[in-house]
Amino acid sequence: MNHLAAVLPSVATPLFAGLLSSPVGVAHYLVVGAILFTAGVVCMALKRNALGVLMGIELVLNGANVNFVAFSSPYLRGEGAASLGLDGQVIALFVILLAAAEAAVALAITLNFYNNHATVDIDRAEDLKG
Amino acid sequence: MMTALLASSMSMLGSTLWPISGPMPGVLAALAGGVPMAAVNWHSVLFLLFAAMACACAVAVVLADNVVRMAFYLVLSLASTAGLFFLAGAEFVGAMQLMIYVGGTLVLLVFGVMLTAQAPFVAIKTSSSDRVLAGMVGAALLAVLLQAAFRVEPWRRPAMAAEAAPAATPIGMALLGVRVDEPAPGVPAAAVRSGYLLPFEIVSMHLLVVLVGAAYLARAKRRRTPRAIDVAASSVGPVVAARQAARSSASALVSGGGR
Repeated sequence: MNHLAAVLPSVATPLFAGLLSSPVGVAHYLVVGAILFTAGVVCMALKRNALGVLMGIELVLNGANVNFVAFSSPYLRGEGAASLGLDGQVIALFVILLAAAEAAVALAITLNFYNNHATVDIDRAEDLKG
Repeated sequence: MMTALLASSMSMLGSTLWPISGPMPGVLAALAGGVPMAAVNWHSVLFLLFAAMACACAVAVVLADNVVRMAFYLVLSLASTAGLFFLAGAEFVGAMQLMIYVGGTLVLLVFGVMLTAQAPFVAIKTSSSDRVLAGMVGAALLAVLLQAAFRVEPWRRPAMAAEAAPAATPIGMALLGVRVDEPAPGVPAAAVRSGYLLPFEIVSMHLLVVLVGAAYLARAKRRRTPRAIDVAASSVGPVVAARQAARSSASALVSGGGR
């Protein structure tokens, strides 16, 4: 433990100092989008509550949105890198709208399932099992 | 322009809080490792703040077992993502994220949590072997995505363009089918750039159909057969049922005797 406490600042300090003093690029946003996407996929696979699966879907769509906005941003564009321009922002808007629609329908289905089966555990949804 | 203004105001704030020559307090100073105050890029600091909050809350959504806590962490994660959008210069998308996602979709989800929050379903545990497996798959996916993110060289070197117009007006005109924004550097200027009138109409119809469909699916139905939840509530146990039957017959006897 003492060894770790001695090693960690010597590794983390230059990294953190570099992050603080240098401007962020598209890759930084892509890292955030990747983490959100992975958390959403794991959440979709892991949760047994139907509403938890819905929250995972929201996280996945949000991670994709971060990537779209980063590629369309005028501030993050490196030299010689292509940019989506306004298209990325408009696509992000459409994604937000479709996520709202998807959440409304999925929630209605979940409530219907809860009314019929008295549970929201998706492992119990096996009426269509062959 | 907004970001530059934000950064300058933040650096002014920082210089009033801590004198430029003086040391930064506490953990920040220890981690920053002697970066002088003037060299700190406040855009990056705010980005780190919002990014850490978004990622930490997304991981907390995965790790939490309680549905209500998951919804709360999701609110925090989506709100910090809106902050990231503001920092990237997409202020209209950030505002829509706050209004539609945090204000609308999350309220819908919280209503769903409240309507289904019976005691056995608030915290449904996942088996630990599933957790380990999902963690391994997630780590592999994250490794692939991070490698792809850092592979392209120009994405790592930002240029911090000095001027950028606000995007709300071009987005509104593009949704009407007219493009008033400058073409992106990679796109030849002679290319015909289409607006977004047709996708806008499709999304409008989609939202209308979804609204009708959700109202149809979630409507209160009058049923001939008793609902499963009522059956589950009434069949609490043979002892209680027998006691209730005895009580009802006794009350029938009493009322009959009264007459």
